[in-house]
Amino acid sequence: MRGARHRSGEWLITLPSLAWLGVFFVIPAALVVVTAFRPADLHGGVAAGWTLENIETLRDPAWLPILWRTLWLSAATTVVCVALALPVAFQMARVGPRLRQFLLLLVVVPFLSNFLIRIFAWKSLLHPEGVLTKVLVSLHLAPEDALLLNNAGAVLLVMIYTQLPFAILPLYAAAEKFDFHLLDAARDLGAGPCRAFMKVFVPGVRRGILSAVVMVFVCSLGQYVIPQFVGGASDEMLGNKIQQRVFADRNLPQASALAAALMAAVLLPMLVVAAWQRFGRKEGAA
Amino acid sequence: MKRSRVPALLTLGVIAFLFAPLVVLVVNSFNASRFGGEWDGFTWGWYEKLWEADEVWESLGVTLKIALSASLASMLLGTLAACALHGFRSWLQGVHSMLVTLPLVMPDILMGMSLLALFVVTGVETGLATIWIAHVTFCLSFVTMVVLGRLQDFDFTLLDAARDLGATRAQAVRKILLPLLLPGVLAGGLLAFTLSVDDYVITFFVSGPGTTTLPLRVASMMRTSRSLPVINALSTLLIAGTFLIAALSFRLQRRA
Repeated sequence: MRGARHRSGEWLITLPSLAWLGVFFVIPAALVVVTAFRPADLHGGVAAGWTLENIETLRDPAWLPILWRTLWLSAATTVVCVALALPVAFQMARVGPRLRQFLLLLVVVPFLSNFLIRIFAWKSLLHPEGVLTKVLVSLHLAPEDALLLNNAGAVLLVMIYTQLPFAILPLYAAAEKFDFHLLDAARDLGAGPCRAFMKVFVPGVRRGILSAVVMVFVCSLGQYVIPQFVGGASDEMLGNKIQQRVFADRNLPQASALAAALMAAVLLPMLVVAAWQRFGRKEGAA
Repeated sequence: MKRSRVPALLTLGVIAFLFAPLVVLVVNSFNASRFGGEWDGFTWGWYEKLWEADEVWESLGVTLKIALSASLASMLLGTLAACALHGFRSWLQGVHSMLVTLPLVMPDILMGMSLLALFVVTGVETGLATIWIAHVTFCLSFVTMVVLGRLQDFDFTLLDAARDLGATRAQAVRKILLPLLLPGVLAGGLLAFTLSVDDYVITFFVSGPGTTTLPLRVASMMRTSRSLPVINALSTLLIAGTFLIAALSFRLQRRA
């Protein structure tokens, strides 16, 4: 009797969020995959029947440069973000609680400030009439006609800028739990600060590194707003193509085929990580 | 043993990197120069222009309406979800937990695209309601995580104590659990609010012709160079607002 009440209580408080996510998250995601196999109609909608045409167009070699660019920009963003975030997380975990709260606030505020505003800030900084160009030119570090905007470098810089907090926050969470006595022990045993950091701290926060890598890489893969505003015509990523298929070409099935491919690209690393973590836990228990 | 100064210096550098563009933005909102490359004197002019830009205030109204209602709904759904995830261990919660975590790592463009597909296939007109649905969906997971963190610190023997002293189950929940959980729920709500105000990508996909939220307005202003310095002024106000909300949320989460 009590057990039955327990069960119905569980369903009662689980159902609202479960149903909401089922209807507005799972079904839409499945719908994208299904729509990828549907023909388009002329009014921007989805026609009846089935087709493999959308999927086949993905095999066009013209996609390769875009795919490659999406991958390398995401990978480079991830590497730089994690490399910068590691010492920051290390430092944040070592200072006193008040300063730590303050540092955390400093990291969170740019992260919570409007995404477009952050892009806009960089767009005006990198503008030919902007501060950064003027400073670099006056220091003779750049030629008079330097163009800092509308190139892959600008896209990478702004991607690093917007993704950095996504790397700092999980790494800080891991560093907070790290036992810093291990570091002192390594130093006592003769390791230099750099060696102790690399051989003791970095392996100690590897789970944090893993979540930072997944967060940054996955979010970067779907990026399209940054290339749109600070990139040139040749810096488009997969996301730009999805957005153009939806809004410029009004071809939802084509966009869905691309989105489904992106979804697979996102889910794959996560499944690998999940499997690796499960395997790792078993290994640790043994 | 002497600690290395390198991590501290790098941290300072990273924080400077994070703030430099925002500082330049704020300074330039008072700069008479159009492109902000040099200082042409102090002015309130851009703020006056912003004050007269009716379409900006109109979209602020739309944004606030959506953000308030979406954060309330996600607070309710997220708190229930967190209670379920914390209180039970079963296959159902396994599925539930996966469903709650996945939206956190789903790129925005996929979420926007898939919700658009849902609305197109079911023939729902995009507009205020569809934006609200999308915002509740992505805020839900964040609220759940914040409340769940709070629940993990909660001492459940307090509930047993209340029951022992004669409180009914409902009374114990209302008088003990809810007041102690409230700061966490509010912090989650504040996070949901800021995320909703901030969102551009998902909103772009599910908005209709008549509904322009503030980020959508900023994006269209960014495309016309005429209104660029006005965006500086608007951004300064928004950054100040974000700072206040973040500080408030920190306070709520710290008070144990």
